[in-house]
Amino acid sequence: MASELLGTKYEAVIGLEVHAQLLTKSKIFCGDSTEFGLPPNTNISPLSLGHPGTLPVLNKEVVEYSICMGLATNCSIRPISLFARKHYFYPDLPKGYQISQFDEPICYDGYVEIELDTKGDGSKTQRIGITRIHIEEDAGKSIHDLDIDTLVDLNRAGVALIEIVSEPDIRTAQEAVAYLTQIRQTLLYLGICDGNMEEGSFRCDANVSIRPIGQKEFGTKAEVKNMNSFRNVEKAIEHEIERQIGIVESGGAVVQETRGWDAGSQTTKPQRSKEQAHDYRYFPEPDLPPIRVPQVWLDEIRSRLPELGLQRKRRFVRDFGLPGYDAGILTQEQSLAQYFEDASAALSEKTTDRYKLVSNWIMTDVMRILSEKKITANELTLPPAYIAEMADLLASEMISSKIAKEIFPEVLEGKSPKKVVEERGLMQVSDNSFIIEIVEALLSENPDEVGRYREGKKSLMGFFVGQALKNTQGKANPKIVTKLLQERLDA
Amino acid sequence: MKSYISFRNDLEAKKTTCAEAVETFLATIAAKQDLNCLLSVNAAGARAQAAEADARFSAGNPRPLEGMVIALKDNINTKGIRTSCGSKILETYVPIYDATVVERLKNAGAIIIGKANMDEFAMGSSNENSAYGAVKNPVNPEYVPGGSSGGAAASVAAELCHAALGSDTGGSVRLPASFCGAVGLKPTYGRVSRYGLVAYGSSLDQIGPLAPTVADAALLFDTINGNDERDATSCPFTPLNTTSQLNAPLPATFTVAVLPDEQLRGCDDDVLLAYRKVLGTLRGMGAEIVTHEMKYIGALIPTYYIIATAEASSNLSRYDGVRYGFRADVTNDEDDMVIKTRSQGFGAEVKRRIMLGTYVLSSGYYDAYYTKALKVRRLIYNDYKQMFKTADLFALPSYPTPPFKIGEKSSDPLAMYLGDIFTVSANLGGVPGISIPAGTASNGLPIGIQLQANHFDEMHLMQYAHHLEKALT
Repeated sequence: MASELLGTKYEAVIGLEVHAQLLTKSKIFCGDSTEFGLPPNTNISPLSLGHPGTLPVLNKEVVEYSICMGLATNCSIRPISLFARKHYFYPDLPKGYQISQFDEPICYDGYVEIELDTKGDGSKTQRIGITRIHIEEDAGKSIHDLDIDTLVDLNRAGVALIEIVSEPDIRTAQEAVAYLTQIRQTLLYLGICDGNMEEGSFRCDANVSIRPIGQKEFGTKAEVKNMNSFRNVEKAIEHEIERQIGIVESGGAVVQETRGWDAGSQTTKPQRSKEQAHDYRYFPEPDLPPIRVPQVWLDEIRSRLPELGLQRKRRFVRDFGLPGYDAGILTQEQSLAQYFEDASAALSEKTTDRYKLVSNWIMTDVMRILSEKKITANELTLPPAYIAEMADLLASEMISSKIAKEIFPEVLEGKSPKKVVEERGLMQVSDNSFIIEIVEALLSENPDEVGRYREGKKSLMGFFVGQALKNTQGKANPKIVTKLLQERLDA
Repeated sequence: MKSYISFRNDLEAKKTTCAEAVETFLATIAAKQDLNCLLSVNAAGARAQAAEADARFSAGNPRPLEGMVIALKDNINTKGIRTSCGSKILETYVPIYDATVVERLKNAGAIIIGKANMDEFAMGSSNENSAYGAVKNPVNPEYVPGGSSGGAAASVAAELCHAALGSDTGGSVRLPASFCGAVGLKPTYGRVSRYGLVAYGSSLDQIGPLAPTVADAALLFDTINGNDERDATSCPFTPLNTTSQLNAPLPATFTVAVLPDEQLRGCDDDVLLAYRKVLGTLRGMGAEIVTHEMKYIGALIPTYYIIATAEASSNLSRYDGVRYGFRADVTNDEDDMVIKTRSQGFGAEVKRRIMLGTYVLSSGYYDAYYTKALKVRRLIYNDYKQMFKTADLFALPSYPTPPFKIGEKSSDPLAMYLGDIFTVSANLGGVPGISIPAGTASNGLPIGIQLQANHFDEMHLMQYAHHLEKALT
C-alpha cells in the first residue's frame, strides 16, 4: 500500500496558497459594495464591468489589512510595491486581466508557528515559512451548470483578496491543516477576513510533490484545487500523496499539472490542460502608482495589532494555569476567548481550580449552545458572570455538579444561578446533624444491604450514597454523606 | 476656422446666438459629410444645450465656455452617445457614464455637437484605419488629415465646430493639428484626467484640445485640466489658468533648444524650410537658439512601439464580446466566442499592434523588449530633464513631411511608424507639446511646428506658443 511508504521511503513536500477575501465594505478599486449573497450582478459599476475608459483607484483599507496580515505572520513589508496585470481570457474576468502583484509583493519572508503535539500543550511546534503575501482583485463567478448557457455574476469581481503563499515547508496533510487553521485564526483575530470556506471567502490550493527521504531536490509537483473545507484539504492532500507514490512506485513519473479535488469520488482529477502552462504576460499596472508604505504608517498599524491566537493561548496557560488543550480550544476564536476572560474576571476567588471550572463549563455547555445556535460567543445572551457564579457555587460546595447541570437550562434563560438555587431551595446541605438523620434512617431501612456491605461487598457504598442524595433531592453534600456513611458502616 | 473667442465677443455684443451657431455648424456638417469627420452627430442634444446657453447669456450668468461648440474624438466616453473608438467591436457601445473631461466641458457650458472619426483605437497616423472609413483633409480631400485624432482636427478645420478634444499617445493630437492647419496641445502626462478616455497606451495617453488658435486651445485646456480623484495617475494640482498669462510679455531673452541638422536629415525640404523660418522668428522674439542632440533618437520609435503596443495588447483584452459591444455569431463555446469576436471585430492595424504587444510581453522576450524599452524611456525622461535645466523651450517639426495622399503610405506600416519620430518623445518623456501652424507646403497643405516644455509648464508653453503664433501671422 502506497500510504505505508510515506514516512518510511518517501516524504511529501507541500506548499499552500491561501486566498483570503478581505472584509472591506467596498471593492478594491471602486465603490461597489462587497456584500455577499445579493442577486447576481447588483454590486457592479462601469469599473467592475470592465467598461472602456474606467480606471482603478486603490482602496487604502486593503493595503492596511494586508500589512496587518504581513505583520501578524512576521513578514517584512515593502516600503514601495507594485501592482501588475495578469492576463488571461475568461468570461468572468471583465478586463481580460486581473490586477495583482508580481515581482514585488507588499509582504515577504515571514513565518507562522504551528503546534503539532496531540495534547495541545505546545510541546512540539514547527515554523512554516511564508514566501509572500500579495494583494489582488477577485474575479466574478461563472455558472456553467444550468443547461442553457454560461452565466456570469460579477458581484464578486473586484473584491479585495490577499494571497498568502507558504514555503514548501509542510510535510503531511495534518500539518497542512494545522497551518491553514493557524492562518485562518490569524485572519479572524485581525478581523480582516470572515474565513468562510464554504462561501469561498477563504480558499486554499495545495502544491504537492513527493521525494525519497533524504533527497534534497523537489519532485514534480501537482497543484490541487477545489478543496472547500479543512476536511477536504486533508483528504485531498492525503490522496494526492498516495497517488504520486503509487505512480513512482510503479515506475512512472508524476506530471506537472493542475488537479481538482472531486469530493464525490474522493480523488483528484486533472483539470483542463489549457489552464496550464499559461503565459500570463505580467507587466506593471500603468493605471496605478506604486503602493507606498511610509514607516510612520507601518508603526501606527503595528501599534494597533491585537493579541493573536497563539499568544493568547500561551497566556491562558501561563496566567490561568489551564491545560494546553483547554487554552487551545478557548482561544480558537476571539469572542470565545474573551468570554472566558470575562467570566474569569467575575469569579469571587481567582484560583486555578475555579478557572478550570469556568473552562469546563465553556468547553461543554456553552460551546454546545454556540454550535446549536450557530452563533459566536459575543452573540450569546448568557452573561459570562453567570458562568463565574456557577463556578463559584460549585467550588464553594454550595451546589453539587448534579444540581449545577439541573439548573443550567434556567440560567440560560437569563436567570442568575444564585437566584435559581435560592428560589428552588437547592442550596447544598452541609449541615451534619441533618445528614446524620438521613444516613441513620437509611441504614435502618436497609439492614440486608448493611449486612452484605459488612461481609465485604464494598461496592454497595455507591448505593447508599445514591439513596441518601435521592432522599435529600440532591441537596446533601456527597462528600459529607460518604464520610458519615463510612464512619457508621466501617466502624 | 471659427474661433470661439471671436464668436463669444459677437455673443456678448448680441450679434448672434448659440442656437444660430449650432444651426450653422449642423448645416456645415450636413454639407461636408464627404469628409467623413464625424461618426455621430448630437443634433438634438446640441440644440438643447444651445437653448440653455442662450438663456444663460440673457440672464447674464454665462459660464467660461458657454456656447463653445465641441467635437469629441470617439474614444472619449459620452453618456448616452455611442463611443465607437472607430472600431467595429464597439459599434453598438453606448457609454453609461461621461468622461471627466466631458463632465467638465458640460459644467463649463460647452455644447457637444458630435463624435469625431479616428483611427481605430487611436492606432494610426493618417486616419485611414477607421472601421468607418478614412477621414479626408478639409484643405484638400485627396490628402489625409493625419491621425489618430484626424476627425477631430478636420472638424475644426472644416468649421464643423469651434474646437475639439483629441487624444495623443504618440502624437495623435499634434500630428493631425499640423496636417489640418490647426493648433493641437498634448498636455503633460497626468495633467488631464484619463477617466473615460478609452485606453490605448495608458502610460502615454493624454487628452488634448484642437482649436483654431492657441488662445482657444488654452481656454479649453484651462477647463479640462487638474486633479481628478477617479484617475490615480492624474496630477495633484488644481486647474491651471493659462489664459490669464497668454498675453504677458515674454522675457527679453530666452533659450530655445533645437535639433542638430543631422538629426533632421530625414525631413522633407518644405518642413525644414518652415522649421528654419520659425527659428528665425523666435530669434527675432529674443530667443537664443542652442542645439540639443537627442541621444536616443534612434531608439525612439522602437521604444514607443514596444511600450504602446504592450499596453494596448493588455488594454484591448476586455473586448471579448461578453458584456458589451460586438459579439460574433457563435456556437455555445466560450473560447470560440472570444476568438471570433476579436477576429471579426478588430481591424488589421489593431490586430498587428495586439500581436506586437503580446509578443514583447511574452515570457522569454519580456526582458529583451519591454524591460529594455522601460530603461530607454527613463533615459529619454532624463534627457528632457537635462535639456530643460537650461532651455525654456524645445522646438522641432511636428512631422517630417507635409500631409500625404490617402493611400500613399497605407501599405507600408513601418514607414508610417517612422513618421512619428518628432512626436513620440514627448509621450515617452511625459512633457507637454503643442503644434501650431507654420505655413504651407508646396503641395498647398499646412505644415506645423512643435514646441515642447518642461513637465507641468503648460503656463509658459501656451504663452510662448501664443506669442509665436502672433509673430508668424
